[in-house]
Amino acid sequence: MTTEPFIHLAGVAKTYGKGAKAHLAISDATFDVMPGELACLVGPSGCGKSTLLKILAGLHPHDAGTVKIGSDAVPFDPGRDIGMVFQQPLLLKWRTIIDNVLLPAEILGLPMKESRERASDLLALVGLKGAEDKRPYELSGGMQQRAAIARALVHDPKVVLMDEPFGALDALTREKMNLELLRIWKEAGKTILFVTHGISEAVFLGTRVVVFTAGPARMADDFAIDLPHPRTLDMKTHEAFGVYTRRIYKLLGME
Amino acid sequence: MTPRHHLYDRRPPEASPFDPMPTLDDRWTRTLMAVLSHLALLLVWYLFVRFGDVPKFVMPSPVDTAATLVGPRAGGYNWWTNTAVTATEIFGGYAFALVVGVLLALAFTWSKPLEALMMPVLVSLNMIPKVALGPLIIVWFKYGVVPNMMIAFSICVFPILLTTVRGLREVEPDLLDLVRTLRGSRWQVFTKIQLPGALPYIFSGMKVAAILAVAGAIVGEFLGSDKGLGYLMLQVQVTLDTAAMFMAVLLITFIGMLLYGTVLALERAFVVPDARMT
Repeated sequence: MTTEPFIHLAGVAKTYGKGAKAHLAISDATFDVMPGELACLVGPSGCGKSTLLKILAGLHPHDAGTVKIGSDAVPFDPGRDIGMVFQQPLLLKWRTIIDNVLLPAEILGLPMKESRERASDLLALVGLKGAEDKRPYELSGGMQQRAAIARALVHDPKVVLMDEPFGALDALTREKMNLELLRIWKEAGKTILFVTHGISEAVFLGTRVVVFTAGPARMADDFAIDLPHPRTLDMKTHEAFGVYTRRIYKLLGME
Repeated sequence: MTPRHHLYDRRPPEASPFDPMPTLDDRWTRTLMAVLSHLALLLVWYLFVRFGDVPKFVMPSPVDTAATLVGPRAGGYNWWTNTAVTATEIFGGYAFALVVGVLLALAFTWSKPLEALMMPVLVSLNMIPKVALGPLIIVWFKYGVVPNMMIAFSICVFPILLTTVRGLREVEPDLLDLVRTLRGSRWQVFTKIQLPGALPYIFSGMKVAAILAVAGAIVGEFLGSDKGLGYLMLQVQVTLDTAAMFMAVLLITFIGMLLYGTVLALERAFVVPDARMT
């Protein structure tokens, strides 16, 4: 196991706008993510966790601090090593499921025959075997989000950025998808950054939880979740789980 | 048989989760209903004239109307030529409007300054009642097929242009982010996301325009022409030949239905059910 972090952030800050209209979106973001970790960024709306994801994706520049992705052991190509999953599945209505999954491969100009096989395998991995030729509207919200996860993996990126991917799902589907994500993460072996405002979701999924607070938007804490893998739903009733969630509630001033 | 679709549920029923098409008996029942309601309308028309003591020059019966097309005097109306002329004006003006409207909209999405410059003018021009331009167009281009096509064009082009511009604008920002993280080009965004996403909008504009095109061509013929069904209507009006006027209206309606049906068939071929708009 390498000891060099895959993602390294130190003092990252970002302000939108200028002068009186300036709005601090994130500050003090300092944490490391090791290769293959599933790091959860948790906090209330407006704490900057989504901004941080956009900075990591290279979509927004940051104003201060250091952002470093990749290491000598695990090099990183910003043009093709990022997979993204959003709150909405954002599948293209006119494409079949497999053609939706193939979108990143098309954009990158990857060989289509291999990509199609890979997309098929990924659909099986996310539990959508047999849905290749369906259209998005024929799938439920949870199934569409599974397809979106397969799409984020099709070009074999090193890191997957997830912005509240289960936020629009009902509570039961969400729990089910949490278990599924853990399974997919284990099998795919990706580094995942998972943004959520669900505190127990963050503790349940994360190998590491980074806590952000709003007003002012800043990073408040960063700690490892030392719960055994594979995680099971009854762990949520364990004492250690409660200790972690209480710690986060406290940081967010909710205790 | 279990009920198939809940009114507001876009997803197919549980029994066959991946079958979006209606069953055959469903479609047959619907077609039968449509045919029946049209026949009923014909029957009401017939009975009204037959027993309503309506003078023939006010309201001809369906039989009288049909006689103008197939009866001994049918030759005097030049139905075939007149219908062909009107259809040419409608389809020609419409096709031209489709090409110009979509191309202009594409140009606007590629050049923001062009859009900022042209759109306000086009919105103002759209406010002109196009029918009022008719006399002017006839002054400029003389009467005939081409000016009538122009009137149909001027009426059709705006709905197609405006809906296409709107459709090309509707792109999920997150989807753009996804393409940008992969260093995708603007052309890729355009061909893979924008254009196919705009198709339902384009078709909704095309459907509105299809109805307007017919009105445009006929108004042109009323204002000045020497051929076409609108011209024929004015000719037979003088002799109170209402049966022929009815027949002309029916033929105009058929041309309109043919155009609208073509648009619907194209939409069915190119737009998945979930994305279709009314």
